[in-house]
This record gives sequence, structure tokens and C-alpha cells, in this order.
Amino acid sequence: MDAFTKLTGVAAPLPMANVDTDKIIPARFLKTIKRTGLGVHLFDTLRYDADGKERPEFVLNQGPYRKAEILIAHENFGCGSSREHAPWALLDFGIRCVIAPDFADIFHNNTFKNGILPIRLPREICDQLMEDAKQGDNARLTVDLAEQVVVRPNGEKIRFEIDSFRKHLLLNGLDDIGQTLQHAPSIDSYESKQKAEKSWMPGISV
Amino acid sequence: MAETKPRTLFDKVWDAHVVEQLPDGTCVLYIDRHLVHEVTSPQAFEGLRMAGRKVRRPDATIAVADHNIPTMGRANGIQEEDSRIQVETLERNVAEFGVPYFPILSPEQGIVHIIGPEQGISLPGMTIVCGDSHTSTHGAMGSLAFGIGTSEVEHVLATQTLLQKPAKNMLVRVEGTLGAGCTAKDIVLAIIGKIGTAGGTGHVIEFAGSAIRALDMAGRMTVCNMSIEAGARAGMIAPDETTFEYVRGKPFAPKGEALDRAIAWWRTLPADPGAHYDTVVELDAAAIAPMVTWGTNPEAVVPVTGTVPNPADVADEAKRAQLARMVEYMGLTPGQKMTDLKIDVVFIGSCTNGRIEDIRAAAAVAKGRRVAPGVRAMIVPGSGIVKQLAEAEGIDRILIDAGFEWREPGCSMCLGMNPDKLTPGQRCASTSNRNFEGRQGPGGRTHLVSPAMAAAAAVTGRLADVRELA
Repeated sequence: MDAFTKLTGVAAPLPMANVDTDKIIPARFLKTIKRTGLGVHLFDTLRYDADGKERPEFVLNQGPYRKAEILIAHENFGCGSSREHAPWALLDFGIRCVIAPDFADIFHNNTFKNGILPIRLPREICDQLMEDAKQGDNARLTVDLAEQVVVRPNGEKIRFEIDSFRKHLLLNGLDDIGQTLQHAPSIDSYESKQKAEKSWMPGISV
Repeated sequence: MAETKPRTLFDKVWDAHVVEQLPDGTCVLYIDRHLVHEVTSPQAFEGLRMAGRKVRRPDATIAVADHNIPTMGRANGIQEEDSRIQVETLERNVAEFGVPYFPILSPEQGIVHIIGPEQGISLPGMTIVCGDSHTSTHGAMGSLAFGIGTSEVEHVLATQTLLQKPAKNMLVRVEGTLGAGCTAKDIVLAIIGKIGTAGGTGHVIEFAGSAIRALDMAGRMTVCNMSIEAGARAGMIAPDETTFEYVRGKPFAPKGEALDRAIAWWRTLPADPGAHYDTVVELDAAAIAPMVTWGTNPEAVVPVTGTVPNPADVADEAKRAQLARMVEYMGLTPGQKMTDLKIDVVFIGSCTNGRIEDIRAAAAVAKGRRVAPGVRAMIVPGSGIVKQLAEAEGIDRILIDAGFEWREPGCSMCLGMNPDKLTPGQRCASTSNRNFEGRQGPGGRTHLVSPAMAAAAAVTGRLADVRELA
């Protein structure tokens, strides 16, 4: 996983609430055994018409937003399924940061595992950033994870909160499994204890 | 200290699985059961392979293909190449890593959330995960069960744990008796209508109250299944005699003296008196009518006697725009009666409503009636065991004689990854869990209902109040 430290880039405004994972990446594109290559289908039905032609009114089909690295949206972003294909598609398109008033839990978890930073900010601040984002190329936002700030084009700094453990992993590009395996002795002893105390629990074999 | 404070069901199951708590409060949480399917696992096994890691507990893992397998002519193989590659990849992975697997032609095959409880693999007090959001289904057993992404699938395969912080506790209490024609599906749709699609975010919901206690295990699974549609991390129901009776005799459940010991522990799991819930919601079961969604998220729901809302009545601009988009996408007119909507397709199945009790409910309505002309009605049993049971009871004949298609088990038209899809503009009465735009096929229009309501729609050709068909 790539580390996330500081990012300056174009932000795409997506003023929609309840953007579900079927919208981010429809189920028909989940039939892949790879993590890459999904960017072309990101927001497929919003982005293309029935003939596969781009819908010019959709933000990611417009000038500077084709290279957007930040996405700004409304409430409950990423609701629906657990598909990690949603953050994979965002990442493959080039999005490294999503800013919204709140996120669905599983999607929120999944972004961190892929070096994408989800930032929760109040709705009115998201709306201000959305106005900045509408200025496209002339209005890049900076996201500084170490300082926990989003810097607006006018220089105003907006503080955001983030779980300290997740921040540490993201800043250093650390793999969760590697972290957990440092606790392997505790897992071993938990298993021995469970074997003794819950000996009724059968193993599965077919 | 933790021993003296009254705890909720969630608190108890959580505490019993904490391997270690890190300084910032993140816990290494032990996972008792890991269910694996073909769509969200290939990249996880690939990750293990690249890191030279093994599956830590194959005996706590079960794999099955369900999401994109065909529900007809399966013995001839999978025709769609990308689906076939995914299933073959799963078969290679389970062989290489020694993971138990129910092959697609075996009767044990089925939707992962149907077969967990059915096989006695999912048991009370366990932590259960799967790379699928509807893992919340298993919470009906009194377990803590939740969906995870593929990176976490890999994490559990490698370590049998997850890094998690505890959720908040929400209690949804449903008291009273359901009216005629009303089911567990109507309860959960009414709950989501009340608290909204993000109402449960950050919480684990415990469903309680006399109306929940009165449900059989199938109904409890339907309720917990849709917890995620309210944004909750998981849904749980305290284990009781109904639960223990259900578990008894299931293939992988403990037996005899071992079962007695298990039940003795399971009896300690219900919440202590005075346990704290961060949020409490109450519903009156008697006030719940058969429900039907009109829009493109499960919160957009009305009683079947209701009408399509008018976006113009909504003050908030963003909400008004969202509602207007729903009305347009669904091809509706504000004020239109739900029962005036003609239906093209009926889908009865899914992890929400693909159990034998659901198929019996559909057959009870279909018996002696015919699927309306021009309607395609499909029944997709949730597992091979459900299918066999229905055939032994003869309810497949009732449904086939009424004009329903009787298909092989899988996720099918719940998410349209296999050939079972809506075409653009088709309107479907569906017993599944999500009515998102394009969920059942691009341009498809989904109305979520109970199995009895779906059967009523099939035989009348429109959304119908099942109470009028009695």
C-alpha cells in the first residue's frame, strides 16, 4: 500500500447523498480476479450512457476533473455492499481522498486499506469546499495528513479528525497484516484458551 | 471492572473475542467463522500467495460459490467466461490453501448467508465475518456477524483476527403482535423507513421486544439481514429456546453433552438488566402494514396502501432533488397509488428471503392461482437443501403449476451478476434487500417486498395488498 502524506490536487464536486457502492462500481464489473483496471468503470452509469458514450454533464467527464485526485460528496458516502472494488475503482481512476459529512462503515474501513484517506467534515464545510472545487484547475486543495488539515485555495486551513492508529498506518504505508502478526503470541494464547473453554465448538471439514 | 458493569449482548460477544487491546483502543478481535465466496476472495488469496502466507484456520473457514453462478443448467458448466474464471479461481484457491468447500453441484451449495445457519456453521456467541455486507444475517443466531472488504478477508485468512474498534449499541424494540399478512420483512422495512439508511451507522443494532421474540429463525434472519440497509455494522438477536431448538441437529453444530455445554454459555449472552444502549428506537408491531419500497434506497418505503410521495413537499433542496431523481428513475408520478403499479418481473429468493419458510409463504398465496399474463415470476431457493426440502413438500409443484420458474440456488437477481437480470425499464417486485439504481440490472426498477407480497404481485400483475387475497 502507498503511504499517504500530503496531496495537492483538483477536487471533483459530487453533490449527492447516499452514493452507494453499486453507483461507484456496478456489480457487473466485479467479475475480476484483479484489483486494478476498474477505474474506467468508476461511476459507470453516471458517467456513460446506454451506448457507452460519455455523459458530458457528469463531473468526471469535464476538463480538469478527469484528473481529479480528491472527491467531495454529501452524506452517507459508500453505503451498500462491502465490495472493495469501490475503493479500487476510485484509486485506479486516481482519487486518493474523499471528503464527505459521513461515510458508511465498511466502505470507510476499505478506503484505509488502499491508501485512500476518507475525511469527515460538517456538511456546511463540505459545501464550501464544493464551491472551491467548482473552480476546477484554478482551485486546488491541499490535504496534509500529518497536520490533519485541508487547505483551501484562499489559504484557510480546515482541521479534520482521524483515528490515530489509522493515521499512523496511512502515513507510513503500513500493511495491517504485518501489524497484527506482531501480536501473534497473543493470538496463539487466545486460541489455546478458547480450545479449553469452548471445547464444544467444532471445526469444519468436508 | 468490566465484570460488574451491566453489558449488552454485543458487549458480551465482543469482550469474549478480544485477543488484545492496543493503547489507542483498537482491538485485535478473534474471528470464529469466516465464510468465503468467489467474488470478494480472489485478490485476498493472491495476497496470501504473494506474501508466502497460509490460511491460519482452514477449520474455521468455509467457501462456496453463490454470487455469479447460473440458476439454470448448471450441470452444463458456467457459460459466462468471467463468471467461470471466478468460480474456477475459487476452486483452485480452496484446493491450494486447504479450505473446506461446498462444490456447486452439491446439495449443500447455496447463498453463503443461507448455508451458514442451515449447516450449523454459524452458532450463537460467535464472531462471524464474510466479504459481503449481508453477513449481518447470522446475527439472528445471537452472534456478532459483519461484512468486510477483501483486504480484511485476507487479514482474517492470515491471522484469524481483525483490527477493530467497538461499535456503539443501538436497541430497536418492536412490541406487540403483527397484523395478518405482515412478516419479518415488513418489520425491517418499517424500521429502515423510520431510522433511515444511515440511522445505524457506527452501531450494532440489537433487535428485541415481543414481536421479535415471536419470530422464527428465518424471520429473525430476514430482520438482521437488512441491518446493513440501515447502515448498522451488524444486527443481533439474543439467543433463546427458539435459537437452541433451531441449532439442534444441524450438521456442524455441537451434539449431545457438547451442545449442553454450549447452550449453558449461550444462556449467559442476553443483555444484563440495566445495560446501556447509546440509542433506543421503539416500534409498535400492530401499526406495521405490508410494506413496499417506492424509491431507490430502502428508506424510501411506504405501506402498500400508500402513495408515491411528492418531492415538492420536501423543504431541503438536496433532499428534494434526490427524491425527484428517484421518482423519475422509477418511472412514477407523485400521488400515484402503489397498488396501481404494474409489474413485469417477480423475484423470490436471496439471503433476505430465500429460506424454506419464505418459499412456503409464497406458495400459500400462489396455490390455486396463476401468474398474471405478461409477468415473469422466478423462485430461486437459497440453497440446495432448501430446494430439496421444498420438492419433498411438493411446494415446487404448486409454484410451477401456478406459472413460476423453479430455479437452482444462488444470489441470482438480487444483484444481477449472473444471467438473471432486469432489462431497462422493467419493474420488479423483489424479496431481496436493495433497490439501488441498476442493482438488478441496468435501468431496472426494484420494489422490495415480503415473499407473500411478491407472490401477490405475481398473481395480480401489479403491486397488491396481500391481505386482500386471503
